[in-house]
Amino acid sequence: MIKYILKRLVYIIPILIGVNLLTFALFFVVNSPDEIARLHLGNKRVTQEQIYAWNEERGYNNPLFYNNSEKGLDAIQKTIFYEKSLKLFLFDFGVSDSGRDIKYDIQQRMWPSLAIALPSLIVGVLINITFALFFVFFRSTYVDYFGVIICVALMSISSLFYIIGGQYLISKLLHLVPISGYAHGYDAVKFLILPVIISVIYGIGSGTRWYRSLFLEEIEKDYVKTAKSKGLSESSVLFNHVFKNALIPILTGIVVILPLLFLGSLIVESFFGIPGLGSYTIDAIQSQDFAIVRAMVFLGTILYIVGLILTDISYTLVDPRVRLK
Amino acid sequence: MFNYHKYIIIACIIFLKGCSDKPLNNPYSDNLNNLKNVYYSSFQERPKHLDPARSYSSNEYAFIAQIYEPLYQYHYLKKPYELIPLTAAEMPEIIYLDDKFNETTLNKKIYYTKYIIKIKQGVLYQDHPAFYKKDNEYFYHNLNDDQLKNIDTLKDFKYESTRELTSDDYIYQIKRLADYKNHSPISGVMSEYIFGFDDFKNKINKKSELNYKKRIKFIQSTNIQGIEKINKYKFSIIIKNQYPQFIYWLAMPFFSPMPWEADSFYMQENLIKKNITLNWFPVGTGPFRLIENNPNLRMVLDYNKNFRGEVYPSLNDKIIDKKLISSNSVKAVPFIDKAIFSLEKEQIPRWNKFLQGYYDSSGIASDNYDQAVSLSNSGDIKLTEELKAKGIHLNTATAASTYYIGFNMLDPVVGGKESKARYLRQAITLAIDYDEYISIFANGRGIVAQSPIPPGIFGYQDGKKSYNKTIYKKVDNSLVKKNIVKAKDLLKKAGYVNGLDQKTGKPLVLYFEATGSGADTYAFLNWLRKQFKKIDIQLVTRVTDYNRFQEKMINGTGQIFQWGWNADYPDPENFLFLLYSKNGKVKYGGENASNYSNYEFDKLFLRMKNMKNTKKRKELIENMLTIIQNDSPWVWGFHPKSFSLSHSWLENVESNLMANNTLKYKKINNNIRHDKISKWNKPDFTLLHILFIIFLIFIFSVLLTIRKKEKEKAYD
Repeated sequence: MIKYILKRLVYIIPILIGVNLLTFALFFVVNSPDEIARLHLGNKRVTQEQIYAWNEERGYNNPLFYNNSEKGLDAIQKTIFYEKSLKLFLFDFGVSDSGRDIKYDIQQRMWPSLAIALPSLIVGVLINITFALFFVFFRSTYVDYFGVIICVALMSISSLFYIIGGQYLISKLLHLVPISGYAHGYDAVKFLILPVIISVIYGIGSGTRWYRSLFLEEIEKDYVKTAKSKGLSESSVLFNHVFKNALIPILTGIVVILPLLFLGSLIVESFFGIPGLGSYTIDAIQSQDFAIVRAMVFLGTILYIVGLILTDISYTLVDPRVRLK
Repeated sequence: MFNYHKYIIIACIIFLKGCSDKPLNNPYSDNLNNLKNVYYSSFQERPKHLDPARSYSSNEYAFIAQIYEPLYQYHYLKKPYELIPLTAAEMPEIIYLDDKFNETTLNKKIYYTKYIIKIKQGVLYQDHPAFYKKDNEYFYHNLNDDQLKNIDTLKDFKYESTRELTSDDYIYQIKRLADYKNHSPISGVMSEYIFGFDDFKNKINKKSELNYKKRIKFIQSTNIQGIEKINKYKFSIIIKNQYPQFIYWLAMPFFSPMPWEADSFYMQENLIKKNITLNWFPVGTGPFRLIENNPNLRMVLDYNKNFRGEVYPSLNDKIIDKKLISSNSVKAVPFIDKAIFSLEKEQIPRWNKFLQGYYDSSGIASDNYDQAVSLSNSGDIKLTEELKAKGIHLNTATAASTYYIGFNMLDPVVGGKESKARYLRQAITLAIDYDEYISIFANGRGIVAQSPIPPGIFGYQDGKKSYNKTIYKKVDNSLVKKNIVKAKDLLKKAGYVNGLDQKTGKPLVLYFEATGSGADTYAFLNWLRKQFKKIDIQLVTRVTDYNRFQEKMINGTGQIFQWGWNADYPDPENFLFLLYSKNGKVKYGGENASNYSNYEFDKLFLRMKNMKNTKKRKELIENMLTIIQNDSPWVWGFHPKSFSLSHSWLENVESNLMANNTLKYKKINNNIRHDKISKWNKPDFTLLHILFIIFLIFIFSVLLTIRKKEKEKAYD
């Protein structure tokens, strides 16, 4: 298995280089360094001299990929691509275009993201499994049909509707929790209730249907018929046999998204004023802070690949038949 | 058998116990009873820079103007706007100099102007670790990683100290404006005015190899020729020629004092790595200090206990012999102890929190406009009954800003000095109905512009005595816009009949450079196309992002565009310079985006620029306006009106759009706030109770059904 993991880790390098190149090209095809500088220096009274100084300070005056004026390794090293993108491989995220240390900001902002994402995931999975088991228990009855219709309806509604509707009902009309905001420590709880509830409700439709189909697939299998023929009750079959065996895809499905929880949710964080990595990324895109965007894309890629590797590993842990080679 | 009943009863008790009358939606960590003397507000966009050398936007000024103190400030209550001393002991002494720096008089040629500035004694900075000394050495100026182990923010430093404000601090800050490392947006403008500024700029910019300590030493030891320290509390600035508006710059945060200790403290690499920089943690002498800077969440200003105190202004205040004679004597300002600004990017939560009383003041977004204000039968704007019942106040003021549609005067079709192009521009100016624009797109919040000069600024044409004669005429003593027939006549004179070029027979197609996206932009562009269609001109809109748009403006490749300008200071020069040829965007990289050039206008501009607000100046401005109104390089758009709302407990709310340091004047009536918030935010548990009962019934029936199903026989 170690050999397998090492092999997968080596595969990461070309993927990361590709992603980096793509992000880099997209950013610099869309905007020239001068335009980025102008955006950061403001609209009023900006001179070309200031733009030059801003670019110079951030190394944007260097050539993109190859520096003709330098010799040897410097020709590669004194380029924007090397300075801004290749250093990421050493986890040197550098400073943002507004001058802040990106690594420090990420370390600070991943916790609020996690504070929403983790409870949303746990509560969401528990509720989705409960509903899925309930529908499976009453499969092929009106309860099941009606449940599926509700799930499809829930899936069809935009997340913005849940957010605005939730804020209107729970916070504005009923005055039960703050509309938005965040605090550190235990004070965060009252701010997290609404976004977590909304995230959970938003996920019920798709989650329940997904788990329901897993359970239904499992319930058709021969061992279930055997268990039933032994005289086991419906609930016992469902909980002790079907549920346990369906846990494999459920678990692996959760493991793949675990690392991504750090990255937060773009819309939820923005609407609820949560200072997480989701809103960090959105802000960076809006202000065209290339340094932050590339760092976040890089981080996202790594976390996604780590998630995939963890999924593979978790397969071997929950299903002894699977061996990684 | 599993006994569900007792669990249900326990759950009910816990649930009901949690229901109380106390507001649960308080978005602050503090208990409602503790919300004393704290001002609550929000900000939409996180400030990028809090360094006064660099900051140049209103969302940044909202914070730094409360912390840093430039030499002068705008009188809070007086209109037209009037400058009064802030940290300066009095208004500056102004001496005119000849080419040999000898004193001269206004009737002779003036080569230089000297401002002698005296600052108040005993003004102290806020407590800050940068000032703390141990054994006569600055304790935190050589920090190592060990010392920084438990430091994440400025308040983690154990020791703090202060020191007195001196003239050196102002001189140091002016030198910082020249240092390219600080990216000050006004370094270019100051090069034009402050004598020796450019030389200093060249010197410091050649010293990029110096480490920060040597750099600070270099800045301190190298003088700007035109700036002289007279003594600890007095210094002088020499500017080239005359530039009476220079004093307004001295009231802007760019000219706030900066202690060298702050630079020395914040430039340490290991502090920068922790994002503890001058850009984020200001050091000022003002009434407040920033105690929490988390622009992704909230910014907290706390009362600066070292603040010397200030009297609340009165309309009877006068400046006699350069000194401010205040009719109040009690040093009461600031009235509040703390101000909490929360980041609120989305308009819906921001508005709702204001209505719940958790923000003391608010603007009015277009989506909330109908909920906030309504038009009376007489056409006046008034608050809706809902807001009136809450005791909310509406404050209105016309901003010292102008929004316009500009023609690129370098363009072969709409630009140039030929009468053909001028008639075309005049025809378009007549066709575009800005009254309609204000009504549709600004909810009536604006005034149609006669010229670039907005209300409240000397030389403003109010549409009564003076007005734009190219577009308007007087009928029965009221101002009427010339009709579309006149516009078509002008178009005919321009060589276009029914939208067709008389020479080529081809339809006239013009191009509008637009930025932005979304429904609002497209609605505006549709509206604009219709305006052009009135005179049979086809308008092609080219929507692009702001970067591309700026590029087009810089290269002069755009044809027609929309832009705006917010005043730096309340003087007509700050608007008319937008059409001065030496500020042409393409040729000089200036703010004249139309690249307008008119010799007569330029000549008058240079004369007007250095004058005081006299009758003669007014005449010159009138002549200048006549020239530009005839040339029509812009479609004179509108001056926006600012509407803001404040709760009944917030006192001393005045509309002063030039002053930024107004937080110190705000006063909170805590009792009213507490009572109203408690009344408005009583939690309503009805829905929760219903849901809880439904949930119990559901669980109960599910369990029953399951039990029943399991007892069923497989085959009957």
